[in-house]
Amino acid sequence: MAGAVGAARVQPPPAWWFAVVPAVFLGFFFAWPLLTVLARGLSSEGLDVLTSAPTWRVVWFTTLQAVLSTAATLVVGLPAAYALHRLAFRGRRVLLLLLTVPFVLPTVVVGTAFRALLPEAWVGTLGAIVLAHVLFNLAIVIRVVGGLWAHLDRRYEAAAQTLGASPWRVLRTVTWPLLRPAVLAASALVFLFTFTSFGIVLVLGGPTTTTLEVEIYRRTVQLFDLPGAATLAVLQLVAVLLVLVVAGRLQRRLAVRQRLARADVAPTSPRSRLDRGAIAVTLGLSLLVAAPLLALLHDSLRVGDRWGLDWWTALATDGPSTRDVAAWESVRVSLTYAALAVVISLAVGGLAACAIAYARRGSAALDTASMLPLGTSAVTLGFGLLITFAVPPFDLRGSWFMVPVGHALVAIPLVVRTVLPVLRAVDPRLREVAATLGSSPLRAWRTVDLPVLGRALGVGAGLAAAVSLGEFGATSFLARADAPTLPVQIGRLLSRPGEANVGQAAALSVVLVVLTALVVVAAERLRRPGQAEL
Amino acid sequence: MRTTRTLLGSAGLAALTLLLAACGGSEGAAAPVGATAASPSAVASSFAPTTVTLLTHDSFALTEQLLTDFQKRSGITVKIVTGGDAGELVNKAALTAGNPEGDVLFGVDNTLLSRALEAGVFDPYVSPAARDVPAALATATDGAVTPVDYGDVCINADDSWFADKGIAVPTSLDDLTEPEYKDLLVVENAATSSPGLAFLLATIATYGEDGYQGYWGRLRANGVKVVNGWTEAYEGEYTVGGRGSRPLVVSYASSPPAEIVYAADPKPTKPTSSVMTSSCFRQVEYAGVLRGTSNPEAARAVVDWLLSPEVQADVPLSMFVLPAVEGTPLPDVFVKWAARPAAPLTLDPAKIDANRAAWVDAWDQVTLR
Repeated sequence: MAGAVGAARVQPPPAWWFAVVPAVFLGFFFAWPLLTVLARGLSSEGLDVLTSAPTWRVVWFTTLQAVLSTAATLVVGLPAAYALHRLAFRGRRVLLLLLTVPFVLPTVVVGTAFRALLPEAWVGTLGAIVLAHVLFNLAIVIRVVGGLWAHLDRRYEAAAQTLGASPWRVLRTVTWPLLRPAVLAASALVFLFTFTSFGIVLVLGGPTTTTLEVEIYRRTVQLFDLPGAATLAVLQLVAVLLVLVVAGRLQRRLAVRQRLARADVAPTSPRSRLDRGAIAVTLGLSLLVAAPLLALLHDSLRVGDRWGLDWWTALATDGPSTRDVAAWESVRVSLTYAALAVVISLAVGGLAACAIAYARRGSAALDTASMLPLGTSAVTLGFGLLITFAVPPFDLRGSWFMVPVGHALVAIPLVVRTVLPVLRAVDPRLREVAATLGSSPLRAWRTVDLPVLGRALGVGAGLAAAVSLGEFGATSFLARADAPTLPVQIGRLLSRPGEANVGQAAALSVVLVVLTALVVVAAERLRRPGQAEL
Repeated sequence: MRTTRTLLGSAGLAALTLLLAACGGSEGAAAPVGATAASPSAVASSFAPTTVTLLTHDSFALTEQLLTDFQKRSGITVKIVTGGDAGELVNKAALTAGNPEGDVLFGVDNTLLSRALEAGVFDPYVSPAARDVPAALATATDGAVTPVDYGDVCINADDSWFADKGIAVPTSLDDLTEPEYKDLLVVENAATSSPGLAFLLATIATYGEDGYQGYWGRLRANGVKVVNGWTEAYEGEYTVGGRGSRPLVVSYASSPPAEIVYAADPKPTKPTSSVMTSSCFRQVEYAGVLRGTSNPEAARAVVDWLLSPEVQADVPLSMFVLPAVEGTPLPDVFVKWAARPAAPLTLDPAKIDANRAAWVDAWDQVTLR
């Protein structure tokens, strides 16, 4: 293959090589169903919702909480990203893991546990929603920004320090400009997640604190008002598109070519007050995140007035009812879906990131398109999949792989966001050097880009697996005949009265937490096979 | 495809159009052809081995042995396909009417039935076993579906909380607006929750279309709390279970027996909750043959099976609802603790469907804004 490429040139391989698979996949499983359902729903009667005051109240609240949530997540997430990736302190790796976990837990689980710990007056307020969004989306800032932070070549900072700059000044003038693309990428993701928030708003919000996504769901499912729902789905998509275009512009303007360290820069012990402050923020966040998780563990072991393993043993066995699914069945199904979602999203997302990074024209459009699945109403897309793939030769309804495909659609943007800043930061001179030494473009790409890509893909794989394991929104109503995934089974248990249901749901949530932690750890290990720390 | 592309263009989604164009060339190669099971020649009572897909909601459950027995006896393997709640189930069926995802649908209830009937979801079939179902359960079904079970959405009260405080347990909807019950009731959002909607319907059935808004205004003044779903209400706000602080909640007539069945060992002798029978709104669940099934004979046999004595006897402990067939023996815990209101509140399904949006909007204004 490399031979066909011909003489040495300094450019990476043409972008369209990388664009084919993502375009086909997203076109088939995303654009087509979405357009089908919108075409079915959109009509003049749906336009009424645009002139009603309640709609604009919802739009206003959706925007307000998303802006506040994004800002708050950044304010606390950046110090944590720094502390967890650059500072050496006891328990660092455990805390990194701990703060990743909420992102991947189904909202019905942590939301319910978290809700029980909130002061009563807080439940249903804007504050509760923002706080929950911060805890749930912290992992994005920590992972996306921290992933780059860990690889920043320390010599830039060292040089500034040698020239007498204070830690704050180094941060502001050297580190911040290098990090900005990743910060922007993370902000865009957090904004999209919170703008389209569904589960958290349902569980922790009150009936008056409603997002567009909840309203779309209500119109689709409760009122069967497809025209109204389709209009709102388009409204949401347009809003998301605007944000993406602006963020994309900014991001390209801010992109910095830099040398990245090949492996994680070894963390150093905290020196300045800034360092200690960052650790304090991290510890505070860890307490907030640990509280509901410990509450789950407590509930899973509390049997009436005593302690016991009753709920755990009940989970281990396949009972007489179709409802009693042994935990390992759900674990197996969840892991299978997660593995497939990872493969699909790495392939599609990784290739899309390359296409975006290397494209000379149309890069912005591709960039934006790759993010759209996150901004799309899950309910709308779910119904789109249903009616689009209902006729031969594409009658895929009930096909088991629709679920991991749904998970992958949510994970692909995350993979793109993780990989893209790293790819964009690759110094083109490295490729030039490789080319000068006689490498073909493909070979130059393999030796220069691929190793950096490998690291970012590791992070992306962890996020994708996590998204799949915790997914409870977009795919929970795709029909399926096999055992329910962990989040679906937890939701089923929680929908009945009685201590056994609460206890078993708590135990199963603990299983999900542990499983997620293991997957994230495994992904981190995978990303550097045999690479020594520099 | 052409219309959608025009739509897109007018919306200015250039990026998507690009993707769509890219997808146009690839459709042929993308996916395996969906295989549909060939319909075998069928005899009325027993079948050559065949599979019937039963579409249902996430709350569906039955004793697994019943499925095995039925398979042995009839040759029919029932494949249970779930995904979503009853509302999602019915909407999915309505969107694919005539080209269904399965053969039989179970779990459409009386608040959703007319939507399904209007969309032409069902191939009309009433099981002969329905002759033993009380007529009250089969009203407004138009002979399209068969009632399988029913349950009531009612206010549950934490008896021990009221005993501790020395306050009488409220017995009527009117009581709930009295000052001594201020800040004690939690209900579900009628806009997002099925029991929430049922309770709103209970107040409409009690106070009429002219009176329910006034009632909700009084409830609001008396500190009613509205949360989005049953789990948040029962497991987050209700005092039974120890997490919440409100001793009155909208739940089910079968919640007290469920409390016993799912209690930690040793099981308590009686539940902590009692049911306010005057607040109960009746929900009936139906099963029907989906229009467009390739296997109508076997599908009908599955509907009959849902009405069979063994399945009917199984539904109380499997799904915490009551069997539709009269005379089906009930488990002890139901006989003792499930509330069975003599005159539950009801409304005509067609009326519910026609007014649901307006009622919920008006409720929202009175109760939440």
